Amino acid sequence: MFRRLSRWAVAVPVALVIAGLSGCGSSDTAGSTSSAPASTSAAAGAKDVNVFAAASLTGTFTELGKAFEAAHPGATVKFNFGSSATLAQQIVQGAPADVFAAASPATMKTVTDASLASGPTTFVRNRLEIAVPKDNPAKVDELKDLTDPKVKVALCAEQVPCGAAAVKALDAAGLKVTPVTLEQDVKATLTKVELGEVDAALVYTTDVIAAAGKVQGIAFPEADKAINDYPIATLSKAPAGDLAEQFVDLVLSRQGADVLTKAGFEAP
Amino acid sequence: MNSSQARRPGRSDTPGGGAAGHSAARRAVSGRLPWMLVLPAVVGLAFLVLPLAGLLIRAPWSTLLQRLAEPQVLEALRLSLVCATAATAVCVLFGVPLAWLLARLEFPGRRVVRALVTVPLVLPPVVGGVALLLVLGRRGLIGQWLESAFGITLPFTTIGVIVAEAFVAMPFLVISVEGALRAADRRFEEAAATLGASRWTVFRRVTLPLIMPGVVAGAVLCWARALGEFGATITFAGNFPGTTRTMPLAVYLALETEPDAAIVLSLVLLAVSVVILASLRDRWVNSP
Repeated sequence: MFRRLSRWAVAVPVALVIAGLSGCGSSDTAGSTSSAPASTSAAAGAKDVNVFAAASLTGTFTELGKAFEAAHPGATVKFNFGSSATLAQQIVQGAPADVFAAASPATMKTVTDASLASGPTTFVRNRLEIAVPKDNPAKVDELKDLTDPKVKVALCAEQVPCGAAAVKALDAAGLKVTPVTLEQDVKATLTKVELGEVDAALVYTTDVIAAAGKVQGIAFPEADKAINDYPIATLSKAPAGDLAEQFVDLVLSRQGADVLTKAGFEAP
Repeated sequence: MNSSQARRPGRSDTPGGGAAGHSAARRAVSGRLPWMLVLPAVVGLAFLVLPLAGLLIRAPWSTLLQRLAEPQVLEALRLSLVCATAATAVCVLFGVPLAWLLARLEFPGRRVVRALVTVPLVLPPVVGGVALLLVLGRRGLIGQWLESAFGITLPFTTIGVIVAEAFVAMPFLVISVEGALRAADRRFEEAAATLGASRWTVFRRVTLPLIMPGVVAGAVLCWARALGEFGATITFAGNFPGTTRTMPLAVYLALETEPDAAIVLSLVLLAVSVVILASLRDRWVNSP
């Protein structure tokens, strides 16, 4: 009993020291040479990349995460998907993130203003579409149809990026829409369409594609006025160090762009 | 008169059974404080109270009044109070009979029914909201019939908020009332029945007065749960100022952009509920 305990007592601090050393080593010495020892120590399971990403990136980033793990044996990519505004708040409150990919420059600004990241890069853009149930019960075919009081419309709340974009698009078109609900994120908005509870909603093109035939998407010209830029940045205190940079590099690479455009995102 | 005398021997183990017995018991257990109990109790108390202290410390006191005066805040507060109270009324109306059924009637599958009653307790509220949409939504099993026959749609209406809150809060009432029914002395009911009272009269004149503290406690729990309801509400009833945006929804949205505003809203909700619950307690529950 005692012997087993003492063995743990030695093993745990040793493991912690090793993990700590390899963590420091990779973040102190920037450059391509340090990435080799960093990835060998990753075999000990010490290398996690925590990626905080907008909910609309769920499908594409999960795919890129698998590609990253395949290219970096021993590394694990952990995702925290959610509303960009919520993620930004979590990071400011000290959540251990390595990479932040936001659905709007405004939510990225929350993090850069707190000096937790700098120099974000816009990696994709997303466009709004009208989503209607498969049978389109209210016969919606353009943005103006949403102003009809008989048409039940769901929008995102103005506090989240898809809601801000919807307001911008409707303002650009000079239309006034009274929605029945202001949903807390774009996936919730889409669910209301999928279930047929509303006749139309404004969501991203990528969400319509991800819904795989459960809703019908209708493009509208005013969407040009409300295109969302998606910025990505590594956090200045990223615990994963170089590995975080390498994940961002993958997103910005040709391979990353292919995955993202296939899902309906537009190149910046 | 007779009943209160008859109750005493059978219920001497319950607190408040008599002032004399109470103080005698206190004398018997005096002595050193049992640290094995006191220490965890203090830790537990701190765990429950510290987050509240966090809210109070971080509250933007300088702009507090100005934020409170915003019409949207009062609108959300009014909606929260109205909906939680209506949901509690619905729960009492249907929950008390349901508790009676579970406690007083022997029927096959009673255990299963009792387990089903607690489903909303373990179900994540958002899932509860989706389930409600699938049944009462515009294309739901009952909802589509409601719309075609009466032109009623529940989602995105204030009634929808009440439905969602009642769904989530009802188990609290049923469990509390069923517990009271099981603890109540059935001999009074039997005596009333032998004197010729019908089952309904027995329930109304004997059972209900006996279990009243349990009903009130259940209703208070139920109201508190309904007041804080978020997941089922935003999923089933949506979120629109004035019709379905209750305080918890307003807090959640404020958190996205203005954490300070969210803290103020939380404090308002907290203050109002504490005041109401405290005043109810003095009036209805015999606090020692």
